[in-house]
Amino acid sequence: MNYIDHNIITIVTFLPAIGALLLILFPRRDRDIRWFALGISLVTLLASLHLPWHFDRAQAGFQFEQNVPWISHPAINYHLGIDGISVWLVVLTTFLTPLCVLISWKSVHDGVKEFFILLLVLETAMLGVFVALDLFLFYFFWEATLVPMALIIGIYGHGRRIYAAVKFFLFTMIASVFMLAATIWLYAHTGSFDFVTIQQAIRSGQVPGFASAAQWLFLGFFVAFAVKVPLFPLHTWLPDAHVEAPTAGSVLLAGVLLKMGTYGLLRFNLGLFPDQAQRNAPWIIVLALISIVSGALVAMVQPNVKKLIAYTSVSHLGFVVLGIFSFTQIGVDGAVYQMLSHGVSTGALFMLLGMIYDRRHTYEISEYGGLATPMPVYATFFTFIMLSSVGLPLLNGFVGEFLILSGAFQARQIYGIIAATGVIWSACYLFWMYQRVFYGQVTNPVNKTLPDIDARERVSLWPLAIAALVMGVAPNLWLHFIDPSVSYSLKQFSAGLQAYSPAATQATHALLQVIGR
Amino acid sequence: MIPTVDYIRILPELVLSIFGILVMLVDPVIPEQDSKRPLGIIALIGVLTALAATAYQSNFYGDGFFNMVRVDAFSVFFHFVVLLVSLAVILSSFDYLEVQQIKAGEYYALILFAAVGMALMSSAIELVLIFIAIEISSISSYVLAGFRRHAAESAESSLKYFLLGSFATAFFLYGVAMVFGATGSTNVYRIAAVLATQHSVVVYLAVALMFVGLGFKVASAPFHVWTPDVYEGAPAPVTGFMSTGPKAAAFAVLLRVLLATGAPGWFWMIWVSAVLSMTIGNIGALVQNNVKRLLAYSSIAHAGYVLVAFAAAKTSGISAAIFYTASYAAMNVGAFAIVAHLSGKGERYVTLEDYSGLGRRSPLIAALLTMFLISLIGIPITGGFFAKFYVFSAALQSNLVWLTIIGVINSAIAAYYYLRIIVYMYMRDEGVEAPVARIPAGLGAGIAICLVATIYLGVLPNRVLGDAIRAAQDLVK
Repeated sequence: MNYIDHNIITIVTFLPAIGALLLILFPRRDRDIRWFALGISLVTLLASLHLPWHFDRAQAGFQFEQNVPWISHPAINYHLGIDGISVWLVVLTTFLTPLCVLISWKSVHDGVKEFFILLLVLETAMLGVFVALDLFLFYFFWEATLVPMALIIGIYGHGRRIYAAVKFFLFTMIASVFMLAATIWLYAHTGSFDFVTIQQAIRSGQVPGFASAAQWLFLGFFVAFAVKVPLFPLHTWLPDAHVEAPTAGSVLLAGVLLKMGTYGLLRFNLGLFPDQAQRNAPWIIVLALISIVSGALVAMVQPNVKKLIAYTSVSHLGFVVLGIFSFTQIGVDGAVYQMLSHGVSTGALFMLLGMIYDRRHTYEISEYGGLATPMPVYATFFTFIMLSSVGLPLLNGFVGEFLILSGAFQARQIYGIIAATGVIWSACYLFWMYQRVFYGQVTNPVNKTLPDIDARERVSLWPLAIAALVMGVAPNLWLHFIDPSVSYSLKQFSAGLQAYSPAATQATHALLQVIGR
Repeated sequence: MIPTVDYIRILPELVLSIFGILVMLVDPVIPEQDSKRPLGIIALIGVLTALAATAYQSNFYGDGFFNMVRVDAFSVFFHFVVLLVSLAVILSSFDYLEVQQIKAGEYYALILFAAVGMALMSSAIELVLIFIAIEISSISSYVLAGFRRHAAESAESSLKYFLLGSFATAFFLYGVAMVFGATGSTNVYRIAAVLATQHSVVVYLAVALMFVGLGFKVASAPFHVWTPDVYEGAPAPVTGFMSTGPKAAAFAVLLRVLLATGAPGWFWMIWVSAVLSMTIGNIGALVQNNVKRLLAYSSIAHAGYVLVAFAAAKTSGISAAIFYTASYAAMNVGAFAIVAHLSGKGERYVTLEDYSGLGRRSPLIAALLTMFLISLIGIPITGGFFAKFYVFSAALQSNLVWLTIIGVINSAIAAYYYLRIIVYMYMRDEGVEAPVARIPAGLGAGIAICLVATIYLGVLPNRVLGDAIRAAQDLVK
């Protein structure tokens, strides 16, 4: 292993933080600060592309590992590494951050320096979550995301921002202390914080008292992640946080922070507690189904378009949880894929909403109508992204949802049937919203003279639109990374894998050929 | 004949006393209006010399003065904590005294004498000497608390502290007397030897009485009632000093008296006191509007966290407690230094409303205070995070599941009120314009020490934690 391969994860993770440190020393010239933040986030993106480029897809375990002692007692290691599941989440993060810088170019004008410092610190913390393989280090980064995000919402947000920021902070903080308690328990009984070591100790049954404590440990991790996902009924912080957050905050919140929850479920709840995961799956799936359906139904009646999109996240992330807890290869593949594609399409939707907010300073649907007339380019982008979010074939949303639904059908038909209604609902609420906002005559005279999106805004939308298309047409580019790691982590669920009926498998294969898998 | 090495074993105390006397001797020579800076610098040199003396002393582990003091990793660790706290407080007092127009002479001398007492508390292994050390430190603190002479609440603070404090030390003295009666000795390690073989009911009573006295000094519930009033009334840098220095030293004594002696019957007392301190402290802090009072309640809660580690005992628990006192000292002195700076003349601006919009008016000060508050919440890259983490992991290792759960829930509650300060600073802007002066050099140095210590403990805790573990091992040896 050469020097770069050995240190690449550290470099990628801490580049934004170094940028933030440099920004502290910067004079308060807003223009330079914006360009610098853009530059550093683009450099991070480029560096992070090293990971999938040199990734060995044949190997299912962790790669680019770095493991050095950090604290000797208790034994905490600086242990980083990625597998096929986390590699693209890292890239998703580094991909969205420069776009967030672009979208905040003009909408943030007070405290520009602090804003970009917070944004870059947040990026480091989010990247750390996806690459940490030491439970302590994971918790460290997990908590570190809290403060910058809460400050971004609370300082740069809209009307009820304080309430939203405090609610976001307390929900996550309170839930994650349970994870901390479970982590410490594991350390006390295994003598290690290392994910791989603990996993092996649990598998070989060497952990004293594990049988009686496992259910509580599972729940400790589960609560922390379920709040983040967010899963019904712990989702109430999400609409508030989204509506009040500035655009960049919403994009990162929906695009990356929510995925930290589903990533945690997959990595830790399934990875460390397979038996408990299976035992608890029925009620978790019920929660996921409630999230899918209720998120969609609540979204439909929102008068506030940003809140509407926020509730669609609840619905879409419900799909991800359903896929993970179907314990089928296809379902989990789809869940990971859906994480990525939701990051792209919902991130893009929030950016689009931010653009009209910059112009009109409102998210109320009733304020708009007939926007397609003054802003044709904007409307086209919106259509495209909306279709990708709905799950139109050949766009990214379809692949994830389809795979998840296949997995759900394999696990149990009724799960698939109920979840499939979610797809229909999503078409309903998005199209209806689209009709009210874009079609017909311009209802509000103020909107008649709205300028269409400018070059900067187009530059920030094109990458997402291209990503949505490529992810829909050539999902294999990603699935080839995801598949081996998922099948490796599902090895312990072999019993569950054989449960599905052959007929369902055949149907699935046939359908998979349609999308070119 | 007392051997020379014995004097090395009390060298930091000697140095501090000499410089304290020097401050008082120089004071009348310099005209009053110019005296603040030179006296402060003498005190500063005194503390720095004492730090050097402590470093030198660490090559001479062992007992001195007929087994009255002991220099070991434990005492050296607490010497460093106490001296660094004094250093930061003296630095942050430079301009505070100027602004508040407080006469400097005795102020610096008293801080040095208080430091003598606290240093001696951590190295004394003889109960009577411990009592004397406690008194040296306490009496200085009583006077310091009343230093804002023209403010009624400062006088109240001083008087309350004095009356309740002397009452509490009397309890401790009773306990000492009973231990002496039961074991025939006042030396901690000889008591340990006796208690290893025999137990009598009197010892239980003695332990309870000593805990009352020390519980008062560390401000743990149910002996906490004095804390909010005293902390609110005292000058802000002194509050920072009182809430960390004497507290650390009192914990050192508590560790020596209860754990090193192997005294029986303390577990449930500590358990209950820990739960009460955390809960009362945090719930009390939720409703405060005055930042000093808020931090006073939070200091009660933090005493509770240390007691959790205490209840865990063993090396891991003791080292967690020691580490916690060190990181709490760093973050709390820093926070109070900023509160002192913001308070303005006559400490007028100490409510949450006065902090609104601070992020806009003074981004640097707001960012610094945010760092300390984040550490007090216990969020990564700060010492507070590791400190809490070690405490709870020590507690779980000793199977104190309920105590851990209560503690964890409490630390989540605590997040709310620290967050309130941050919310006021950054997210509210009601046009209240409390004036903010630039940070002067002395204060800047003081805050820098605290900030560097807080982040150092949060990113590279290895070294200090190793020292804490060695200290814990030395303590129970």
